Amino acid sequence: MNHNLPIYWRAGSWLLALLLFSPVIALIVEALAPAGELFDHLWNTVLTTYIANSVLLILGVGGLGAILAIPAAWVMANTRIPGRDQLQWLLVLPLAMPSYVIAYIYTDLLEFAGPVQRFTGWESAADYSFPEIRSLGGAIIVLALVLYPYLYLLARTAFLEQSKSQTLASRLLGCSPLQSFFRVTLPMARPAIITGLALMGMEALGDFATVSYFSVPTLTTAVYDTWLGYGSLNAAAKISAMMLLVVMLLISTEKYSRRKQQLYQKNTGQEQRELVELSGWSKWLAIGWCWMLVILGFLLPSLVLVEYMIAYFDDSWSSELFEYGLNSLMVSGSAAAAACFIALFLGVYQRLKSTSFSRIPARLASTGYALPGNVLAIGVLIPLTLSDHLINELLIHWNQSTVGLIFSGSIITLVFAYVVRFSAVAVGSVESSLGRVSPSLDMASRTLGCNPQEMVKRVHLPLIRKGMLAGLLLVFIESMKELPATLLLRPFNFETLATWVFQYVSDEQLEYAAPAALVLVLVGLIPLIMLNRSLERQEQK
Amino acid sequence: MKKLLSIASAIAISCSSLLAQAAEEVNVYSYRQPFLIEPMLKDFEEQTGVKVNVVFAKKGLEERIEREGKFSPADVVLTSDMISLFDLVDRKLVQPVNSKTINENIPAHLRDPNNQWYSLTMRVRNIYSSKRGEKPADINYEDLASSEFKGKICTRSGKHPYNIGLVASMIAHKGEAETKQWLEGVKANLARRPQGNDRAQVKAIKEGVCDVSLGNSYYFGKMMQNDDQKAWADAVYINFPNQKNFGSHVNISGMVMAKYAPNKDNALKLMEYLASEEAQSIYARDNMEYPVNPKVPVSDTVAAWGEFKADPLPISEIAANRTKAQRLLDEVKFDL
Repeated sequence: MNHNLPIYWRAGSWLLALLLFSPVIALIVEALAPAGELFDHLWNTVLTTYIANSVLLILGVGGLGAILAIPAAWVMANTRIPGRDQLQWLLVLPLAMPSYVIAYIYTDLLEFAGPVQRFTGWESAADYSFPEIRSLGGAIIVLALVLYPYLYLLARTAFLEQSKSQTLASRLLGCSPLQSFFRVTLPMARPAIITGLALMGMEALGDFATVSYFSVPTLTTAVYDTWLGYGSLNAAAKISAMMLLVVMLLISTEKYSRRKQQLYQKNTGQEQRELVELSGWSKWLAIGWCWMLVILGFLLPSLVLVEYMIAYFDDSWSSELFEYGLNSLMVSGSAAAAACFIALFLGVYQRLKSTSFSRIPARLASTGYALPGNVLAIGVLIPLTLSDHLINELLIHWNQSTVGLIFSGSIITLVFAYVVRFSAVAVGSVESSLGRVSPSLDMASRTLGCNPQEMVKRVHLPLIRKGMLAGLLLVFIESMKELPATLLLRPFNFETLATWVFQYVSDEQLEYAAPAALVLVLVGLIPLIMLNRSLERQEQK
Repeated sequence: MKKLLSIASAIAISCSSLLAQAAEEVNVYSYRQPFLIEPMLKDFEEQTGVKVNVVFAKKGLEERIEREGKFSPADVVLTSDMISLFDLVDRKLVQPVNSKTINENIPAHLRDPNNQWYSLTMRVRNIYSSKRGEKPADINYEDLASSEFKGKICTRSGKHPYNIGLVASMIAHKGEAETKQWLEGVKANLARRPQGNDRAQVKAIKEGVCDVSLGNSYYFGKMMQNDDQKAWADAVYINFPNQKNFGSHVNISGMVMAKYAPNKDNALKLMEYLASEEAQSIYARDNMEYPVNPKVPVSDTVAAWGEFKADPLPISEIAANRTKAQRLLDEVKFDL
């Protein structure tokens, strides 16, 4: 259906999208120049291994993440198990754990000379036969453990928003609970699950800290090598463009494959949910599964951090942590709010002007996510320094005093970088929520005399609040943990919790930054718990 | 229009005053880590009243400075190895400095004849060997490729600037073909895939994963001071390689003045301070590096390792081979 959106909305959508797309344009322009024989050299030596590692990493993280998250999401949305109220939010907590911290901790635990070796009684490294943690497998496990909450959150929201009537109908038509899960529940949640998997995949593809800690060279390594080792931004941009292409291809394939599907539900969020009572082995399996995720992804690493903190408190406590915390909070909060606003703006535009043309802005705004952080940092730097130069040149031209780098030299650049990198998360969750709102509601509200803005405010917003909140939260937490772009783009004398922690991780001495790492995790917990409160309140209605 | 513009620029100016534009200040882009240089910068601020603003980064500052162009606020750039130092120079992001004080404090072979770059400290790329065996009377980098070390060598990533520096120096001495052979030999001798940092290799020796490793000199001193890591250091000998031929490979940390430095005078003050005896002795004492200022002695810990012969090849000749080194490391798939 096509609605008459005001001009500012239409123009604004395109402008915002192009703004977020500008770093990618800058990189594409950079990639177009010929790279000479450097590319051949890479191709003939290491690039194929890097590509293979990247592909395996994405598949592994996605596959393992799905195995971990989907059962947990379904259990939480549909069943009543002891401790459900707590597990509800505990399951999201691994998201607050930066992957470079958890990678460090598991290496410390599982490597030779670690507690596991001592406990199991192996005498020396030579006869310690635990699988090498610093490997592709180790990277997959660690990344899946901290990234599965993406899928969990989106899948659980989808399961929660699913109307019970379809499952009931399928059961009436003779499906077993399992059949009904695979034939109704799962396909209905497919957009959310795919979005979750895509987010996990892109996050894994763009990861540098973890894979480099585990010395698993992937395409991000190639990008760093070419750019920093060979000094060729051009070849680095080429590799990034390739990565981007693959991601966009994957996403559009998925969208294309369900082009003829229309999934709507007439659930207004007011429906009474009936939770299944689990019993016997299935109950214990469900409980054990969920707790395993919480323990491995959050509790165990947090305990190790607390242990580090107690042991090294005198060397590691710094009163400046408070300031770093505020810095993190400020930039991440601004980025989250901006990303959500943009996601809503573009999501509504796409829905109300349902032409294939109107889908473009949301896609453009999401591309930044597939770029490795450091490349994105350069991508962000190009348009921002250009605008800075333009402003200063104009001021000189008009005989005014120059103002310096007001964009690229201030925290604006950090907020912009986070929004470019993470708005895909917000766009994804707003989109999948909006997608589940039946168009008949639009028609009804327009028939009853709402103009488009009123309709968004009174119909869409209340219905997609959960999705928006999830987006806000995810962007916030991701921004808190973000490293490569923060390290490169931050203004003078500006330290965040993440940069402070990473300084020690990169020196393999996380022990001395344990308090900061704990604060980083704790600050991430607050919005997580808030989100869950609101989800629970919605359920109780 | 003009009025609007001046209002706009007034707002912009008040914004940018938040960005760090006090009267007396100097802006530093640093690859060196905060805990090392912050005490020095504080000392400098107290002495001169000049405020120091810092951006710390691990990678990519060259690109940032290049993009910032002539409006870049950077005055001084501090690097932790020769690779990024020469990247800055080769990308023409630096300007020559004319200071008698600096030139008196830093010997000629540790600075650019054109005054574009200066070394601040030196560190040796040592070979650590396990105390399970005898301390080798003489050991060379070349030996790491020989079959006696099969499955006995640990190292960090070959692509780390410290290793690239070593490979670049091998190319300078032996040529590309021979260096490639050498790298292939070393790779075949590795006990495990390159991983971790220089300390982690010493830990691996202690745990019996390997018998020899490559590592910078100051790590040995720092590990001895650290309660947890002392046991690792105690398990190894520190060896200065190639004493009977071209000498041990020495990498440097360094400084340059940025091409468009807006606070040139203060930048000069800071650079002079960093080469001074005071700052140099902090480098020697706190980070156990070899100071470039000949008037400053090494720390007692470092002195105990004894004298050694350093590779006399000019730094610029070594650094000129850095891209070739990176290529060879890719060609032999050193890290894979």
